[in-house]
Amino acid sequence: MTARTQFDADIDTALADAPLQRALADVPAGFVAGRRRAREELLEFEPLRRVARDIRDHALAHLDLYLEAFESNATKAGSRVHWAASGDDACRIVLDICRAAGARTITKSKSMVSEEIELRERLQDAEFDVVETDLGEYLVQIRNEKPSHIIAPAIHMRAEDVADVFRRQHGHLAPDRKLDTPEEMIAEARGILRDKFLSADVGITGANFLVAESGSAIIVTNEGNADLTMSLPKVHVILTSIDKVVPTFSDAWPLLRLLARSATGQAFTAYTTIVTGPRRPDDPDGPEQCHIILLDNGRTELLASEMRPVLRCIRCGACMNHCPVYCSIGGHAYNSVYPGPIGAALSPALAGAEQAAHLAEASTFCGRCEQVCPVEIPLVSVMRQWRSLALEQPRSRRARVMLHTWARLAQHPRIYRWCAGIAARSLKWLAGSGARIRRLPFLHAWTDYRDLAAPQGGTFQQQWAQREHKRAQRDRADVSAARARKSDSVP
Amino acid sequence: MSHRLRILSRIRKALDAPAMPSETARAEAVAERIAHPPQHWPLRSIQTADPEGAAQLTLIGRFKAQLARLGADVIEVGSVAEIPAALANYVAANVADDAAGLARIRMGSDAFLAALPWSSTSGLEIAAGMAEAADVIGVSRAIAGVAETGTLLLVSGAENPVTLGYLPETHIVVLETGAIVASYEEAMQSMLAATGGRMPRTVNLITGASRTGDIGGKIVMGAHGPRRVAVVLWSA
Repeated sequence: MTARTQFDADIDTALADAPLQRALADVPAGFVAGRRRAREELLEFEPLRRVARDIRDHALAHLDLYLEAFESNATKAGSRVHWAASGDDACRIVLDICRAAGARTITKSKSMVSEEIELRERLQDAEFDVVETDLGEYLVQIRNEKPSHIIAPAIHMRAEDVADVFRRQHGHLAPDRKLDTPEEMIAEARGILRDKFLSADVGITGANFLVAESGSAIIVTNEGNADLTMSLPKVHVILTSIDKVVPTFSDAWPLLRLLARSATGQAFTAYTTIVTGPRRPDDPDGPEQCHIILLDNGRTELLASEMRPVLRCIRCGACMNHCPVYCSIGGHAYNSVYPGPIGAALSPALAGAEQAAHLAEASTFCGRCEQVCPVEIPLVSVMRQWRSLALEQPRSRRARVMLHTWARLAQHPRIYRWCAGIAARSLKWLAGSGARIRRLPFLHAWTDYRDLAAPQGGTFQQQWAQREHKRAQRDRADVSAARARKSDSVP
Repeated sequence: MSHRLRILSRIRKALDAPAMPSETARAEAVAERIAHPPQHWPLRSIQTADPEGAAQLTLIGRFKAQLARLGADVIEVGSVAEIPAALANYVAANVADDAAGLARIRMGSDAFLAALPWSSTSGLEIAAGMAEAADVIGVSRAIAGVAETGTLLLVSGAENPVTLGYLPETHIVVLETGAIVASYEEAMQSMLAATGGRMPRTVNLITGASRTGDIGGKIVMGAHGPRRVAVVLWSA
């Protein structure tokens, strides 16, 4: 099965998955309404998006220089900077650090870069005890799943799924304990993860931003798990990618103002931590070593392409929260680390076009993702570019014939108009007296999950022609009325 | 070729275009940006529209309104001398203490906190140093408060060990009202003034208690860090 046919099959599964559909139904009331409120509260939200876009573009246009400045300042602060061209290289660097530290237990806070390079799996293969400490990531880990959203990894799970997996996985706890409310489950997870925090030898976090002027990393969480991950073990590893660098703190604040508002609708994330190097001589707590890994993994290719604006992304997830396709199928169906519109734009560059270029087809091109993106990434045009590239890939005979037929039609206006007329009349006939068609013959995939609106009036081109005709008549009437007034006023 | 060189040369190749400014011009742009960071409009004028008119209030009023939204408690005291008693009252009313009726608080070596008249208050036992697993209450002093979002700015070090704000279930933060500023930008300036321009190991911006929405989409406090954050506000 190719990645494309797998995608088609996974979409069908997701649409028929009733619990998933119920979980996804909450997205509009949660993240979408939250962002709307947060946006209304910040008078300068829209101008700030343009400021943020320009900051990211400036940083990307001088990426080599800011990375060098970051490296130099981070090194002065006592951090060790590592460069990794591929995911495999980054994993090897982390493995070496963990082995050198004689580590057994490793805590991890949520990092999409680590998902991208499958770091947890690599560390587990090397017999390390690795535990995700972001609650959502922990749930995904103990259920042997992948995250289905970049900021809410367990958004596909219901509370009862969590209670189930806790009873199965936390076998040492009393079997008759109460796990009826989110509070009870969170208290249980807190206890289990607290032991891991206290016994960890290495803590791995991501970074939301790197600040060139001071060699600092900025890390945000709502749970405070990144702070416990980095403060308690002897070694802190910051795994991040080369696109995260911004010039100065002045450049970071506008991005942070937009990040939480766009992501969860909070004005600011509960914990925003600026890390500059390891423990100082007079510090009672904090790690003795601070390693920063800068990963490329396909980003320099994006930088060289017309799709460079994708690298502006600050990973807020607003594009997927507002995407009608994501909200219908959830994150797993994409079978990609980054789902939704940003996934369709980014994943083909990271995982290879043959693996992921078809994701761009999972878009209605409605453009809501672009409207909410805090850094104004032109997601629709990027997805369109991936669609053109995907055309070069092998397709089924049926898809080839249909695309070929469509291309011929579109190039012959008279035949196109004739066919469109027939189609509009047949659809109207199918709809009968109703305004919607519940089931289309031959194309039932279209109507399995939604109705098709029946055409009102003629074809689009006929209606357009009528409109233009009426406007021309009105204009002529206006001109003659004006002439009449002018002649009246002549003495 | 090392990974470093390979990545940097790939970036340079990617950025190399006919319309590209010269290497010197790019280096100058970067040096200038770092030497004189831009003041992005509207950094200083940033205000949040608030239906209750909080934006019209003073900095302190806005700061308190934001803390209330976050579910954080505010303990206002008239003078420095009142801080220990106010803190003891808060602990007695809000934190379940041990059988001896003695609540143990943990704090660092902060000179301001150490100089408070603790002996005037009974019912509090004070432990010094970084937080330990069994600690229930951590007390820290913040360098600044940000009115924009009710954010507290703390720095790492022996004075206020970072773990105090993350391991105990209750975190009490002492802040002078004069240290409340409008924006993160100004709070960073206060911080650098306090440390003599040196970046501490961590700057911790804390906005309410630890929280998660990962189970059933419901926001629950106390995911890993404190369930409860209280701010003791005092005026000189």
